[in-house]
Amino acid sequence: MIKVLELKMTVTDSNDRDAEALRNDLKARDVFLINLMSSPGSGKTTLLSRTITDLKDRVKIGVMEADIASDVDAKRINALGAESIQVHTDGMCHMDAGMTREGLDGMESIDSRIVFLENVGNLICPAEFDTGAHKNVMILSLPEGDDKPLKYPLMFKKSDALVITKMDAAPYFDFDLDAVRKRVKAMNPDIRIFPVSAKTGEGMDEWESYILSEWEKWRNA
Amino acid sequence: MHELGIVKHVIRTLNDVAAENNVRRIGSVTLEVGEVSGVVIEQLVDCWNYFREKDELVKGAPLYVETLEAVTVCTACDKTYGTVAHGKTCPYCGSKETYLLRGNEFSIKQIEAELIEDAPETE
Repeated sequence: MIKVLELKMTVTDSNDRDAEALRNDLKARDVFLINLMSSPGSGKTTLLSRTITDLKDRVKIGVMEADIASDVDAKRINALGAESIQVHTDGMCHMDAGMTREGLDGMESIDSRIVFLENVGNLICPAEFDTGAHKNVMILSLPEGDDKPLKYPLMFKKSDALVITKMDAAPYFDFDLDAVRKRVKAMNPDIRIFPVSAKTGEGMDEWESYILSEWEKWRNA
Repeated sequence: MHELGIVKHVIRTLNDVAAENNVRRIGSVTLEVGEVSGVVIEQLVDCWNYFREKDELVKGAPLYVETLEAVTVCTACDKTYGTVAHGKTCPYCGSKETYLLRGNEFSIKQIEAELIEDAPETE
């Protein structure tokens, strides 16, 4: 027999369930997962390299690199002695919870207590798919301009923290940091904002303290 | 290829629904898509027509898409207006202090389902 079923389900329903399950599994495995989202070329790998080096005596950090192709980023992270795995999305523009789980399963034994997922460089689709991460962090590099929050609002709304990278380039660009703060806070009042330069070290302390304190909170929760 | 990922998720969700509701085959699928959800409907249908052939449950099933009008509210004068025509600026008072009321939806509204005959009826 034929029957019409009224569903009214969001399209990402199956992914939302996978993501929640993954978050819980990671709690049991004592792995704190941070999803990093940004445009291509925002300095994600450079920021991570510095963060891993600065925190290496405090906590072991691993990285899952999601890219459409190539493994150049994973090689840079490996060179620091950190655990890393390269995940290829085969043309897909974002990571979902299923792919994230496969990537984590591919890391032999996760010794790292904090794992960063470097999502595909894209400000649209990654904002719509929950990866199962415990925290979502967005990176905006200074040369991209202070109007990015107006163009990609969802990404700014979904993030727990915003890291503004390449602050050392400020003298060469008309980037209005206060305007960014205002625009972002209007959409997401709870977001934490960290202007940094991985090159000069400016702001890195605040960013790294934030990671450690969020990790502590999560562990004790 | 945003639409490709979405279609894969729709098909997975439908497989979950089918397992829970004794559905053997799906005859058609109706989506509700907001005007400003950012999805390109032509591409979505193309991806659907390709992927449905790889899945026994939805093989051959047409995809219907119902578009929902996007509406924005102005916080300055409390009026509502069509988002697509006027964007972020209120056409009545010129304020930019506005927010999207609806138009961002993306949901599976309903399916025509062929149930497994000798299975007990489920509501």
